[in-house]
Amino acid sequence: MTRLQANLHGWLLLLPSAVLLVLFTHYPAASTLWHSFFSTPKGAHAAAFVGLDNYSAMVDDPVFWKVLRNNVVFALGTIPMSIALAIAMALWVNGKIAGRAWLRLSFFAPTVLPLIAVANIWLFFYTPQYGLLEQFTGMLGLPSHNWLGSQNTVLGCLVVVAVWKEAGFFMIFYLAALQGIPPNLEEAAAIEGASRWTFFRRVTFPLLMPTTLFVLVNAVINAFRLVDHIVVMTKGGPDNASALLLYYIYDVGFKFWDSAYAAALTMVLLLILGSLALAQWLFIERRIHYR
Amino acid sequence: MSQAAFHSHAQRGVGHWLETAGAWTLGVVWALPLLYASWTAFHPPEFSTHFALLAPLTFDNFVNAWNAAPFARYFLNTILLVTMVLAAQLVLCTLAAYAFARYRFAGSGIAFALVMVQLMVMPEVLLVENYRTMGALGILDSIPAIGLPYMASAFGIFLLRQTFKTVPRELDEAAHIEGAGPLQILLKVYVPLAKPVYIAYALVSVSYHWNNFLWPLVVTNSVTSRPLTVGLQVFSSGDQGIDWSIITAATLMTAAPLLIAFLLFQRQFVQSFMRAGIR
Repeated sequence: MTRLQANLHGWLLLLPSAVLLVLFTHYPAASTLWHSFFSTPKGAHAAAFVGLDNYSAMVDDPVFWKVLRNNVVFALGTIPMSIALAIAMALWVNGKIAGRAWLRLSFFAPTVLPLIAVANIWLFFYTPQYGLLEQFTGMLGLPSHNWLGSQNTVLGCLVVVAVWKEAGFFMIFYLAALQGIPPNLEEAAAIEGASRWTFFRRVTFPLLMPTTLFVLVNAVINAFRLVDHIVVMTKGGPDNASALLLYYIYDVGFKFWDSAYAAALTMVLLLILGSLALAQWLFIERRIHYR
Repeated sequence: MSQAAFHSHAQRGVGHWLETAGAWTLGVVWALPLLYASWTAFHPPEFSTHFALLAPLTFDNFVNAWNAAPFARYFLNTILLVTMVLAAQLVLCTLAAYAFARYRFAGSGIAFALVMVQLMVMPEVLLVENYRTMGALGILDSIPAIGLPYMASAFGIFLLRQTFKTVPRELDEAAHIEGAGPLQILLKVYVPLAKPVYIAYALVSVSYHWNNFLWPLVVTNSVTSRPLTVGLQVFSSGDQGIDWSIITAATLMTAAPLLIAFLLFQRQFVQSFMRAGIR
């Protein structure tokens, strides 16, 4: 095959995907940056160049900071918890525990459910007075509490939903990794008299490191990308206590129709995802090693 | 952890029983929301938050939900959407993956990096601009508008490229000597060998788009284009009030096809998600 032919065939094969990717990923990313320097067109007023005004408005916007803080809290609450549970689930399901087929079913089922359906179910679970949670705390004689209506508990409630939805999904990656660990390692450790905890800490966990990093990256992306449950359960309230960054972008863009400010906010989200990609490339791709 | 070794450790005492108890507690907690929803959906409203062993079973909630909103249309829309997206993805990703796996063309390295950007920046992150684009294309509030941003999939391209790269060159060359052109080689040699990966990708894609919500919510505005997820949200936040029996019935109905498929093909699902996730 000639060089020209290879070039021609290669690009022709790529062309259909390339057109769509440029149209719906690269162009909108660039156009977000462009529009973030303009004002939102309103009626007779066309969009005007405003420089960094949208960004300075953002820095002065207390809701932006609150939403960003919420997102960090949400990520910190969700990620370590779901990873720890995923590892525990994988160890159990991979071991010889009785009824492990049922356990696997139970752990993994939330993964195939739509997040919006999950949110409906949990909304019912958290309902004041009638919900299962309230009935349970009532049985224990605890005072009634509006879990989703209180600024102090609403974010925690959403963290629980996200952990429930994600842990089983992450479990299967650990399951795959565990099946790749040679059994003689554990037999050797058993002969040496190492406890199971020592074995886990010194052998299993380090061997699972590449999986953990892979899961970590996905978990961080999800923490900034998944907001379906907020639309159903809280609409970001009370008083933005449960709004995450993408939800705020949706609110600004499609409820207040302020597309310029939404563009500036989207740039922050792109920056976060971009630094994640960079970090993955710099640290994770190059430095996975077994200790 | 190996099973034999696990067992030899596990024999050693109460630790094992504590662990089993812990695993089962978590298993029950994990199943609880779904069991609770099923209880509410299959019993009359007066039992929705009240448990009694002999409460009568009923299918009325499902019937009422089905009649209260155009769910048949929503189902049709979702099926159309999922089929359209998957068909386009299979064709587009196969072609692009073949290019990356077997052709050294000018700029292929940069092109590949640019494709991979979509793994981090999914279409829903750019919803304001993509909404603008759909407006410019004049297809707002249509099923193609929901699917279009996802039809070229970085994930699919990556997955298939990895698979195609493992195909031995000799097969390729043998077909070439027999006079097969590049597309014939792709169809006769590469595609059949990648069948398990196609199945895995299809399951993941169908689950993703059956469940996708935010972008369809933004871009659709009428019964004729709304997928199930958006239809469910419109239904349960509308004038339904808080009749939980009907809402949970509708919720389970929405998730049912995937859930049933999952129960029937559990191993296939788990392995597909596993295969798709390991890069």
